[in-house]
Amino acid sequence: MTVVHDNLEKTEAKMRAKDVSVYYGAKKAIDDVSIDIPTEYVTAFIGPSGCGKSTFLRTLNRMNDTIPSARVEGSIELDGDDIYSSGMDVVQLRARVGMVFQKPNPFPKSIYENIAYGPKIHGLAEGKDELDAVVERSLRRAGLWDEVKDRLQDSGTALSGGQQQRLCIARAIAVDPEVILMDEPCSALDPIATAKIEELIDELNGRYAIVIVTHSMQQAARVSQRTAFFHLGKMIEYGRTTDIFTTPLEQRTQDYITGRYG
Amino acid sequence: MSPLILLLLAIGLGLVGWLAGRARAWSFRKSGPTRLASLPNYHGWYVALWIAIPVLIFVAVWSAIAPELVMQHVLAQPAAADLPAFGFQRQTILNEARAVATGDAMGVFNAEARGLVEPFREAIGRYDIVGIVVALVIAFAAGAFSFLRLRPDFRARNRVEKSVMAILLVASLVAILTTLGILASLVFETVRFFGMVSPLDFLFGTFWSPDPMSNAANPDGSRYGAIPLFWGTIFIGAIIAMVVAIPLGLMSAIYLTQYAPGRLRTWVKPALEILAGVPTVVYGYFAALTVAPFIRDLALAAGMSNPSSESALAAGLVMGVMIIPFVSSMADDSIAAVPAAMRDGSLAMGATHSETIRRVLVPAALPGIVAGVMLAISRAIGETMIVVMAASTAANLTANPLEAMTTVTVQIVAMLTGEGSFDHPATLSAFALGFVLFMVTLALNFIALRVVKRFREAYE
Ligand SMILES: Nc1ncnc2c1ncn2[C@@H]1O[C@H](COP(=O)(O)OP(=O)(O)OP(=O)(O)O)[C@@H](O)[C@H]1O
Ligand SMILES: [Mg+2]
Repeated sequence: MTVVHDNLEKTEAKMRAKDVSVYYGAKKAIDDVSIDIPTEYVTAFIGPSGCGKSTFLRTLNRMNDTIPSARVEGSIELDGDDIYSSGMDVVQLRARVGMVFQKPNPFPKSIYENIAYGPKIHGLAEGKDELDAVVERSLRRAGLWDEVKDRLQDSGTALSGGQQQRLCIARAIAVDPEVILMDEPCSALDPIATAKIEELIDELNGRYAIVIVTHSMQQAARVSQRTAFFHLGKMIEYGRTTDIFTTPLEQRTQDYITGRYG
Repeated sequence: MSPLILLLLAIGLGLVGWLAGRARAWSFRKSGPTRLASLPNYHGWYVALWIAIPVLIFVAVWSAIAPELVMQHVLAQPAAADLPAFGFQRQTILNEARAVATGDAMGVFNAEARGLVEPFREAIGRYDIVGIVVALVIAFAAGAFSFLRLRPDFRARNRVEKSVMAILLVASLVAILTTLGILASLVFETVRFFGMVSPLDFLFGTFWSPDPMSNAANPDGSRYGAIPLFWGTIFIGAIIAMVVAIPLGLMSAIYLTQYAPGRLRTWVKPALEILAGVPTVVYGYFAALTVAPFIRDLALAAGMSNPSSESALAAGLVMGVMIIPFVSSMADDSIAAVPAAMRDGSLAMGATHSETIRRVLVPAALPGIVAGVMLAISRAIGETMIVVMAASTAANLTANPLEAMTTVTVQIVAMLTGEGSFDHPATLSAFALGFVLFMVTLALNFIALRVVKRFREAYE
């Protein structure tokens, strides 16, 4: 079962997964995972390819609902409410738990419209001035404002890859979520763009609960304070990032972070 | 000699060449340790192509000129001396004699033809032999030339590949040249028409009533105003039909790509495509016999005093149904081409499925959808059968869909099948109309293709 380090500070869990299993048809992709996601820290999911990191991440905002064969067991709570209960509105849930994808996926609309999209559908801004303010605030938080403030009407797809990814983060921030899920947000970016995103994650840390899936050990070490190691659908070990990387308790974790497999 | 036999001859000779070339290549392989630069099959193909292509070219040329040579020969005979000097009768007699000589007809009708049968038979026989001999000589010369070029290190494969490419090129040129030919003939007749009727009268006049019986030398330009036709065409094909086809096509595409369960999709999509395969004349019946009377009854019930039994509405509605598949299949393709990441991105923002469709998928797919609509419009305005059967031939410049209207295509049919002589401006006006139609559909297709191309690039 999961080895959880016992030196963790007591924290309030923003999200709490209990005994979660995920199936694609008959195939089990996530096997009995329990984890608390705190607000104060950035949580990193690491593990070899195909171990179920994305699958688990997507259960946290029910993006798995879009895959017909996917089925989730167990319970996941957001501030104590089960997100898979019938009373939970998926639209509300996703407004509270935002997501940034591996490949930047700005809509083929203007930069402004990309950011305004969420506030518009959720009715978060009244009138043009308020919307303008939301757009500016989101872009500022994503560290993109200075680069795009003179070309808000240009297409979002005309930005560079790194800018596009920050645009996607700004888009997620614009609806004022409580949790931001990021699935390998830098894997399509060069080192400089990656550094910018990591800086941004650092700045967002504390304001939002952040979960990041990454294949880069260094990145996990740089941006996260908590790390969960996944292997073959199971969560093997969970603890402080420094501990996981320096004194892992499990052999498999040790093997993975020293690059012996995966 | 029928071209078919010459064709078979060419293929047969090619086969012989193939076998010979291959055998020669095999013998190289046996006789020495050298590696062949190309496989024996390619040597065979090389010889075969060298034989078949010249022979085929000769056959093509020969079947074009042989009948003329035969004719010259027959006309030089004494029996041809007392033929009527010229015109229709002379032609009939000659054709009859030729038909009897080739066995296509059993007996002659005109007595004069009887004496010509024998000369025809003799000439045809002679030129057949000439044709075969020349074909054989060509085949032998080309075959020998290519056969002798074979060497172990001969790159037969490269040559064969090149000829294959050339053959494909010629095949694609046929379509292009045909298009150009059509265009040229249209332009030619159109210029003749505009020599008689001013283009200004034609393009901007609002009264259309050509009289095929009028004096061809001095046509009345004011009767050739095509505006009512253009309007009818646009009203029926681009307005009424699109009001039907765009919403229905788009909605069915959205349903099929976004909501339909897999099994339903496998049924509905082919069913829609069958709609595209229904012969337009069947739609024409439907429009003329079912929809038009129904609309007329409705108009009567609504209190119109004397509604026309042929209405623009009937033709337009049915045409709209006909082109639903064009709109929906293009829309379907372009919505499906929007990357799934776009959809996920929107759903992850908390947008509902229908918000995602409305605000992200359809706008992203819009260029493709627009292109589909343009192709559909160009289909609709070129459509003939439905409007011939259900719309009227009376030109009428009105915006009332319940009234009879005519279209460019209807008038093309009417003018070409009318009783005017071929060089009468009324008849020639069909070509000018066809030319305008051709240019408009060409422009629509061109723009649509450009739009689609830009759209594809945006997602690659
Ligand atoms: N839509 C799907 N349908 C069926 N099986 C799936 C689907 N998506 C993922 N899987 C399977 O679930 C398992 C976990 O996949 P997942 O994408 O979560 O892995 P991952 O850890 O994110 O891998 P990577 O690091 O390569 O992104 C894999 O075995 C994968 O084949
Ligand atoms: Mg993944």
